[in-house]
Amino acid sequence: MDIFNAIIQVLDSTVRLSVPLLLACLAGLYSERAGIFDIGLEGKMLVGAFAGAAAASVFHSALIGLGMAVLISVAFALVHGFASITHRGNQIVSGVAINFIAAGSTIILGQAWFQQGGRTPALQPGERFEAITWPGADAIRDVPIIGPIYAELLSGHSILVYFAFAMVPFTWWVLYRTRFGLRLRAVGENPAAVDTAGISVAWLRYRALICTGILTGFAGAYLSMVQNGGFVKDMTAGKGYIALAALIFAKWKPVNAMFACLLFGFLDAASIRLQGTPLPIVGKVSVQFMQALPYVLTVILLAGFIGKAIPPRAGGVPYVKER
Amino acid sequence: MSTPYAKLPAWADYGLIPLINLSVAFIVAGFVVMLVGENPLRAAVILVEGAFGKGTGIAFTLFYATTFIFTGLSVAVAAHCGLFNIGTEGQAYIAGLGIAIVCLSFDSTLPWWLTFPLAIVASALVGALWALIPAYLQAKRGSHIVITTIMFNFIAASIMVYLLVGPLKPAGSQAPQTRNFLAGAELPKLNWIIELFGAKIRSAPLNISFLLALAMAFLVWLLIWRTKLGYEMRTYGHSPKAARYAGISETRIIITAMMISGALAGMMALNPVMGDQHNVAIDFVSGAGFVGIAVALMGRLHPVGIVLAAMLFGMLYQGGAELAFEMPAISRDMIVIIQGLVILFAGALEHMFRPYIQALFASFSPKSVGMQAVNGKGA
Amino acid sequence: MAQAAIELIGINKSFGAVRANRDINLEIARGTIHGIVGENGAGKSTLMSILYGFYQADSGEIRVGGKPASIKTPNDAIALGIGMVHQHFMLVDNFSVLENIILGAENDALLKSSIAKARSELERLEREYGLEVDPDAIIEELPVGLQQRVEILKALYRGAEILILDEPTGVLTPAEADHLFRILRQLKEQGKTVVLITHKLREIMAITDTVSVMRQGTMVATRETGKTTVEELAELMVGRRVLLRVEKGEAAAGGVKLAIKNLTVRDSRGVTMVDDISFDVRAGEIVGIAGVAGNGQSELLEAVSGIRRAVSGSVMLDGKPIDLTGNADPGELRDRGLAHVPEDRHHVGLVLAFEENENSILGYHDDPRYLRGPFLNIDAIMADASDKIEKYDIRPGNPRLKTANFSGGNQQKIVLAREIEQDPGVLIVGQPTRGVDVGAIEFIHKRLIAMRDQGKAVLVVSVELDEIRSLSDRILVMFAGRIVGERGPDATEGELGLLMAGVEHQEAAL
Repeated sequence: MDIFNAIIQVLDSTVRLSVPLLLACLAGLYSERAGIFDIGLEGKMLVGAFAGAAAASVFHSALIGLGMAVLISVAFALVHGFASITHRGNQIVSGVAINFIAAGSTIILGQAWFQQGGRTPALQPGERFEAITWPGADAIRDVPIIGPIYAELLSGHSILVYFAFAMVPFTWWVLYRTRFGLRLRAVGENPAAVDTAGISVAWLRYRALICTGILTGFAGAYLSMVQNGGFVKDMTAGKGYIALAALIFAKWKPVNAMFACLLFGFLDAASIRLQGTPLPIVGKVSVQFMQALPYVLTVILLAGFIGKAIPPRAGGVPYVKER
Repeated sequence: MSTPYAKLPAWADYGLIPLINLSVAFIVAGFVVMLVGENPLRAAVILVEGAFGKGTGIAFTLFYATTFIFTGLSVAVAAHCGLFNIGTEGQAYIAGLGIAIVCLSFDSTLPWWLTFPLAIVASALVGALWALIPAYLQAKRGSHIVITTIMFNFIAASIMVYLLVGPLKPAGSQAPQTRNFLAGAELPKLNWIIELFGAKIRSAPLNISFLLALAMAFLVWLLIWRTKLGYEMRTYGHSPKAARYAGISETRIIITAMMISGALAGMMALNPVMGDQHNVAIDFVSGAGFVGIAVALMGRLHPVGIVLAAMLFGMLYQGGAELAFEMPAISRDMIVIIQGLVILFAGALEHMFRPYIQALFASFSPKSVGMQAVNGKGA
Repeated sequence: MAQAAIELIGINKSFGAVRANRDINLEIARGTIHGIVGENGAGKSTLMSILYGFYQADSGEIRVGGKPASIKTPNDAIALGIGMVHQHFMLVDNFSVLENIILGAENDALLKSSIAKARSELERLEREYGLEVDPDAIIEELPVGLQQRVEILKALYRGAEILILDEPTGVLTPAEADHLFRILRQLKEQGKTVVLITHKLREIMAITDTVSVMRQGTMVATRETGKTTVEELAELMVGRRVLLRVEKGEAAAGGVKLAIKNLTVRDSRGVTMVDDISFDVRAGEIVGIAGVAGNGQSELLEAVSGIRRAVSGSVMLDGKPIDLTGNADPGELRDRGLAHVPEDRHHVGLVLAFEENENSILGYHDDPRYLRGPFLNIDAIMADASDKIEKYDIRPGNPRLKTANFSGGNQQKIVLAREIEQDPGVLIVGQPTRGVDVGAIEFIHKRLIAMRDQGKAVLVVSVELDEIRSLSDRILVMFAGRIVGERGPDATEGELGLLMAGVEHQEAAL
C-alpha cells in the first residue's frame, strides 16, 4: 500500500508539473503549425507569470490576475508577430529577443513596483486559484485504490489544471474540425496556397500567435498563481524550452503533446521523489540526469533514431509573395 | 531572395542603419527607465561615467568586452556558414570543464605561461567537441541545429552542475565550485596598460585573455575573408546548392564551422575562470553566450563590428553595475532588457527602417541608390 | 463578337525600375478560349496576377462582364467568378483533395457542412466534366496531372466563370496535356471563358479561339487563331525575325570524350527521372538535348556533373569511369576536365551575394593559382577576374561589384567565362541562354561553337528548340526520362516537336 500511495503521489505531482509544460506546448503548437517558430515561449510564460501575480496582488483578484497575464503575454506574442510576420525578420532571433526582454523587465518592474527583490507580494487567498475538491472526495478517500485515485489524483487541483487538460481535445477539435484550424494548418504548410485562396496570411498568422499568447499567459498564471503563491524572478527556469522539446517530441500533434508533457512532467516528479533514494539495479540516479533526460530524448528523436519529427513545411520562413 | 532591397552606400548599410536600430533600442529602454520612475538621461550619464569615467571602470568594461568578443565571434563564424549557433552558452560552460582539468592538474607545477596555452587548447577542444554533436546531427541527420544546440545548453548545464556539486567539489566544501586555483593558473592582469594613461585602478579583472580575444578577432577576419576555408563557409552560408556545385562537402563544412564556433565559445571561459574567479563555479557563463548573439548581430558578423559591439555591451555591463548602485530602482537586469531590445531591433527588425532610409536617399540623389540592381531580374 | 468577359484597359505595372506591363489593352470574349503567348519575362504572368488580384496595377481599369471591377485581393477576383490555376500549384501537399478544395471557401466556422457540400459538388463536377479524382486522396500521393485537376476543381468549386491557366502543360506528359485540353474544350462548351498563358505556340494553335502576343511588357497583337500562323506568332513574340543560327562550319568529331551507358537517376521523391540512358559525346562536336522541361534533363546534368547520385549505369570521362554513387564530388570532376554551366545560375552557378571576383573562382577555389597555402591569393583572383571581364565583355566591368547587380546575360557570362577559361575537355551546359538578352545570346552561342572548334566535347541541354537546332551537331530528344530519338542539325521543328511530345511512344497526338 505504501508503494501504491507513493505512486499516486508521484503521479499527482506529475500532473501538477506537466500543466505549465502542456499549456506552453499547446501554445507553441498554434504558432508552429501556422509556420512561425517560437522559441519565445519561455519569455511569454515569464511575463504572464509576473503580470498575473502582480495584478492579482494589486487588485486582490485571481481573475484580474489571469486576465492581465493573458493580456501581457498576448502583447509579447504580437511583438513576435510584428517582427516575424510584418517585417519578415528572423523568427529565432525575435524569439531570443523576447526571452531577454521578458527576463529583464519582470525583474526591473517587479523591483520598482514591489521592492521585494524582484518578487511580487505573496498572494493571499482569493488572489490565487485554489484547489477544487470534487464532490465526495473526502468521503471515499479511504476506499482502497479508487479512493486515492479519485481524491488525490483527480480531485484537488486548481481550475487551471482542468483547463489545461481540457485544452487538449479542444485544440484537436479546433485544428481538425474548424475553418480556423484548417487554414492554420494550411498556412504552416503552404502560405502561398492560403494567399491565393483569398485568405490573408499575415492576419491568420497573427491570430495563431494570439492563441499562443493566451495559452502562455495561462501557463505563466499557473506558475505564479497556482504552483507558487507569487512571482519569483526567472521562475519559468527553462520550462518554455522543455515545452518546445515536448512539441517536437509530440510531432506537433495535440494529443501527443499531452503525453509528451506528462512524460517530461513525470521525469521531473520522479527526480524530485527519487532524490537520494537508490533504485534497484541502476542504483542512485542523479537529479541532473533526470533533468537532462527530456533534452536528451528530444535530441535522439530529432536525430531520427526514434521516428522522424517532420516540422510544418513553411516553418521559420517569412512569407514573401513570389514574383 | 536575391536583392530584396535596392543598394545603399556601404556607410549607410554598415553604419547608419545599425546606428538607427541601436538608437531605437536605447530609446525604448529609456521608456522602461521612465516607467520605473527614473530619469533616463541621468541614467545614461551614470552608465557612461561608470564605464569610462575611472580607470577601474574602463578595466571592467574591457574585461566584460573580452567575454563578449569570444561569444560574438563564435556566433558570427557559425552564421557565416548559415548556421545559427544558439549553443554558445553551453559550449562555453562545458569548456570550463577542460580548463578545470588543466588548471587543477598543473597549477601547482607549471607557471601560468605554460598553463595558459594548455588551457586555451583544452577549452577550445571541449567547446569544439560540444558543438560537434549538433553539427554532425545537422549534417548527417538533418536535425535542426537551433533546437539541438538549445537542448545541448541544458544538457551541458546538467553535466556541469552534476560535476560541480559532486566530483569536482573539494571535500568539506559547501560551495558548488572547484577549489581555487594556485598562482600557476592565474592569468596576469592588464591593468597596467590603462595605468600607463595615468588612470588609477583599484582592482579589476582585466587580464591577458583580452589580447587573446583581439587576436582571435583578427584570425576570424583572416579565416572568413582571406582563406579558402572561409570562402567555402561563406559559399555554403549563402547557398548550399552552390556549395554542392562547387564541390564543397556539406558535412565537412558544417562540422568545421561549428567546431570553430564551439572552440571560440569555449575560449570565452578562460576570461572569467582563469582571469577573474580562479575557480570553476556554477553558472559562470551567466548568459554571455546569448549576449554573443546580440553582439554578432550588432557587429553585422564582422570582427571589427563585433569588437565594437562587445565594447558597447562591456560598457553596459560595467556601467549597469554602477547604475544599480546609484539608482536603486534599476538593477543590472536593465542590461538584459537592453540586450533583448538590441537583438530585437538590430536583429529581427533589422530591415524595419531600411525602406525609409532608402526612400530618403533616393529623394536626395537617385543615383546613389543604384537602380541597376533590379536588372538582376533575369530568368 | 460575343459579349466581353474581361476587358483590360491601359494596365501598367512596375517592379522597381522594371516595367512588367505597360499600357496593356485586352478584350476577351465570353465562352472562348483565349491564348496569351510571349517569351519568358514578357509580362504574361504579371498581367494575369493583376487580374487575379495577386498584384495591383499601378494604373488602368479592369472590367468584368462589362462592369468596372476593383480587384484588390484574390477574394475580389473569386467573387467576380475568376479562378486561376497557377504554374506552381497552390495546394497543401499533406492535405486531402477535399481539404484543399474547401480551403478559403468554407461555408461557416465549422468544417462539417463544407466537407459534405464539397463532396457532393465534386460528384457533380465529375459527372459534368469528367473531372475524376478521389476526394480523400492526399495531394502529395497524386500524380502531377491529377494535382492540376484539383486546382481546376478548386476554381470551379468557387463558381469560376473565367478560368486562367498559367503555363499548364509545362509539367504534364503529352497524354495528360491532351486530357487537359479536352477538359478545357468542355468547359468552353459549358459557357466558361478560358485564358491560357503559354509560350508554346503549338498549344495555342491547337486549342485557342483567339490569341494575344506579349513582348517585353507590351501587348503587341491580338489575332483570331484560325487566321494566323505559327510563323506570324513567333515573329510577333520575338519582335524581329531573329535568325538564331550562328555561322558554324562542319563538325570534325574525334574520339569519344564522354560516354554514358545505361544511366538511371531518381529524384528526391524516388521517381525515376532518367531511365536507362546511353549516349556518347565526342571531341569536336556539340550534342544538344531537346525536350519539354521536366523530362529528366536536369537530373541527367546533375548526375553527370556529380551533383546528384545516380542509381545505376556508368559514365566514362576520357575512358575512365566517374564515381556515380554520390561520393564523387564535382570538384574532382573539374580536376579531370569536366566543366559544368548549371541551369540555375542564381542558386547553383553563382552566389549572388558574392563579389564578381569571388564568383569567378567558384568551384576552382582549390586551384593553386588562386591560393597561397590555406589563404586566398587575392591579387591573382582579381587579376584573373579582370582578365575574364575584358575577354567576355562583362558589364559593368567591376570585379568588386556584387553579382546580384549584374544583368542576367552578364551573370551568365561570368559563369561561362569561369568554366570555359579553365580549358576543360568536356563542357556541359544547361539552358545556356535562359533569361539572357538577345545580344548576349549570340555571344554565348559563338563561344560554345568556338569550344567545339577547339576540339572540345560540348553537351547542351535546352528547352529552347531553336537554340538546340542552331547549336547542335547531333540532337537527342528526351522524353519521360528516355532518349526517344536522334536527329541531325537539319531536323525540322515539327519533327523534333513530335519526338518531344513522345509521339513515337504513344499514339496520342495533338
